[in-house]
Amino acid sequence: MSRAEGHASLPMHNATIKSLATGLAARQYSSVELTRHFINRINGLNKKLNCFISPPDEKSLKQAAAADAMRSAGKAQPLTGIPIAQKDIFCAKGWLTTCGSRMLSNFTSPYDAHVVERLNAAGAVNLGKTNMDEFAMGSSNETSWYGPVKNPWDVDKVPGGSSGGSAAAVAARLAPGAIGTDTGGSIRQPAALTGICGLKPTYGVVSRYGMIAFASSLDQGGPLARSAEDLALLLNAMAGFDPRDSTSLDRKPEDYAREIGKPIRGLKIGLPEEFFAKGAAPDVVKAVEAAVAEFRKLGCETVEVSLPNMKLSVPVYYVLAPAEASSNLARYDGVRYGYRAPEYADLLDLYKKSRAQGFGPEVKRRILIGTYVLSHGYYDAYYIQAQRVRRLIARDFAEVFKRCDVIMGPTSPTTAFRVGEKMGDPVQMYLNDIYTIPANLAGLPGLSIPCGFDGKGLPVGLQIVGNYFAEARMLGIAHQYQQATDWHMRAPKGID
Amino acid sequence: MLFGVLAVKRVLNVKWEIVIGLETHAQLNTRSKMFSGAATAFGAAPNTQACAVDIALPGVLPVANRDAVEKAVRFGLAVNGNTAVNINRRSIFARKNYFYPDLPKGYQISQYETPIVKGGTIPIFVDGKEKTVRLTRAHLEEDAGKSLHEGFRDSTGIDLNRAGTPLLEIVSEPDMRSAQEAVAYAKALHALVRWIEVCDGNMQEGSFRCDANVSVRPAGSDKLGTRCEIKNLNSFRFLERAIEFEAKRQIEVLEDGGAIGQETRLYDADRDETRSMRTKEEAHDYRYFPDPDLLPLEVSENWIDTIKTSMPDLPQAKRNEFVSRYELSPSQAAQLTASAELSKFSTSVFQSATSKERIPHLTSWIVGPLTAKLNEENLEITESRILPEQLVRLDYRIADGTLSSKMAKEVFDATWAGEGDPDAIIEKRGLKQISDSGELERVCDQVIAANAQQVADYRSGKEKAFNSLVGQVMKLTKGKANPQQVSEILKRKLADR
Repeated sequence: MSRAEGHASLPMHNATIKSLATGLAARQYSSVELTRHFINRINGLNKKLNCFISPPDEKSLKQAAAADAMRSAGKAQPLTGIPIAQKDIFCAKGWLTTCGSRMLSNFTSPYDAHVVERLNAAGAVNLGKTNMDEFAMGSSNETSWYGPVKNPWDVDKVPGGSSGGSAAAVAARLAPGAIGTDTGGSIRQPAALTGICGLKPTYGVVSRYGMIAFASSLDQGGPLARSAEDLALLLNAMAGFDPRDSTSLDRKPEDYAREIGKPIRGLKIGLPEEFFAKGAAPDVVKAVEAAVAEFRKLGCETVEVSLPNMKLSVPVYYVLAPAEASSNLARYDGVRYGYRAPEYADLLDLYKKSRAQGFGPEVKRRILIGTYVLSHGYYDAYYIQAQRVRRLIARDFAEVFKRCDVIMGPTSPTTAFRVGEKMGDPVQMYLNDIYTIPANLAGLPGLSIPCGFDGKGLPVGLQIVGNYFAEARMLGIAHQYQQATDWHMRAPKGID
Repeated sequence: MLFGVLAVKRVLNVKWEIVIGLETHAQLNTRSKMFSGAATAFGAAPNTQACAVDIALPGVLPVANRDAVEKAVRFGLAVNGNTAVNINRRSIFARKNYFYPDLPKGYQISQYETPIVKGGTIPIFVDGKEKTVRLTRAHLEEDAGKSLHEGFRDSTGIDLNRAGTPLLEIVSEPDMRSAQEAVAYAKALHALVRWIEVCDGNMQEGSFRCDANVSVRPAGSDKLGTRCEIKNLNSFRFLERAIEFEAKRQIEVLEDGGAIGQETRLYDADRDETRSMRTKEEAHDYRYFPDPDLLPLEVSENWIDTIKTSMPDLPQAKRNEFVSRYELSPSQAAQLTASAELSKFSTSVFQSATSKERIPHLTSWIVGPLTAKLNEENLEITESRILPEQLVRLDYRIADGTLSSKMAKEVFDATWAGEGDPDAIIEKRGLKQISDSGELERVCDQVIAANAQQVADYRSGKEKAFNSLVGQVMKLTKGKANPQQVSEILKRKLADR
């Protein structure tokens, strides 16, 4: 009897997507019952955790009923009837879509993002829109106009960000899976800090159409769930070419679960010295090293590698991402939709007041940084230089992947920190993403899976970075680890 | 003060040269927009042709219009003699950032450092002389929407139908030296974009509009003066007036000992003057950077080859053909190739001409009475009320002596008025020229007999008297006599004593 089957007897909210799919297929429960169960849990816990900006409602139950009908008609797919929470960055028709900002606090999307279309077509149920850092700018979920999300492992701690609502919802068993976006670690870091799994695919695998842009050349949508196998199921539905996104890759559809259960003996794991340097907390390094030891036990080899330009990732990112953001966010001007200041003298005043009142301080900081680095006389020194270094970082990875199959290291230098702890020090906050940003800059896939706890019982994440399009392999590797360990099945206390 | 006076005196002796470069926006006649699927048709109710991408909803993304790219390539081929030497196989879309209510994204997608077309030439004719204007570049971009100020109180309306419409911005080198040359260039460009069918050229609807960069410098100087950019010139006449006004203004400033500040000026057609819009100091910092939503625009050799095969004969080739095959002057050839339609009409006239000798006459018919009629009635050549074969037949009737040129004009007018083919009109109106020499001899004798005074005058050397005699013959024959023949007969008879 495999581990997954063993968990089928658990309460529905503790089960993986895989086993819920089995339960639905066996008619142990309907999608409406399953969705209601999660709605009840959300009603009970959202006040405490603040995971949802728009909790599930009648629209969700209607979708669940439709999914049940789909199943009765014999048209069920793997995700049919499974409730999935959506980060509030994805446009979903008829849903308030705020991006965590006052600026869009009155914006109901008239259309579906490509990812939302795909999930709808697969029969998945939209289990509500999750809280997030404003316009995905933040690593703690504290920049949201809708208030901070609490970490289910310790409500005094942050869940990470920017997909903090999605991660906390999955960790607290308020959703079996969720979708998020990752620009500099926004899926992987909150997944690590809340003890769940999160995948940022290769840039271009998931369409950005309908995903509200932060930094277009770095943004990538991806799944959050409790097992690597569940991530594969979600990515199967999310990924695919979309002609409406010019950066979407026109590749043959693939089954991201195809490597699940495949042996990993002989796998070469690269351990970049920069990932284990003095920056990471000892408890984090200890847990990650234990995970690496587990992989060795599973027959993998390890090799020391180096990413010499990785140290420049954070400064490069904080030139490029704000540059793109300053332009991407120019459309929020109070003219056509979104927040408009109640009083203004003239056009310029309308712009100034609407943007001053509609955006929070972190968003304004990044717009200012981005505007500055693109300005005449500074462009070459900042933007062009950062693009050059970005290419160097990508080249470092290319060199490393000549010597190993995947790279492993910590996802985040620390475990979850206190709410408010880093809000006064942007640089400390930015350094949270030091291990995750390089994959975004290079466009590589990155995965975070739980691999233990620190001394205070807070989860630690193991990051696996693969070469382009190595998602299936990475998920297969993570699955083998999850067959041998049970970190991913641990649940926080106080959520029942 | 003394120095000021001296300075003025010094510059007053200077002859000035005007230097002009044009930036032209040609709206590409695609069905959908540059980066969205919305329609581009002109004149729809406000905001009915603006989709999610055009109004810049959160999360939407641009996708480049293949047809617009193809049209830019056609232009690139046309200004390089149907070669692709100046087409960038890889060009870059960039964002031009500024806030304005009719610019929904807060930036315009354009091409900045790497445009799709670099270089090229446009030949122009001024006073019968050919000149080549070099192009700097041509790049793809999207248009903004429109702000509507009329019909609103205390507010401005925004119509985003035009937002995202594809434009080709064509930038010339500062190669023009007079308003006339600038107009000739603008007209040649206008004809070309219509010729290769990439733009409908409708200036009233704004499909073809020019900005002019104007500066002046002492004649003979090789340093460019400080330029002013004049915006919003949507007719050839305004272009000419604005440049003339602006050059005069700059010369006056300089001759008064002042200096020209670099600025953007607006032409006010009602007052026939240019006014300052913003100075260099007030200019935006557009913070251009490559648009991360769009990949570099790649144009493959295969694609270029396919486009090449669909290109029509270019005006230059057609001009050369008219010169070499029909022996037209370059200037005439340029006139007849002012548009693809006129060139087609002329070709069809020349092809059915009865003899090569008639070509100059036929050319005169086209550039003379036909063009006059078209202008008078504001018609396009495609709407001509006389067909090429009718024109050829009419001209033939002059060649064979049936019609005098005066009678021919009458027949032309009648055909134009819809009375039918020239031969039918000649028949119906009995317009046959009298070429029967017996009859003409008789009438001449009659006139000589009845006008002794004029005959005497002529014989005593007064040439004028001869014209009067010819007039008498024409009068008696109701204009049907062949004037040349009359003249010959009279001369012979008056010489016989």
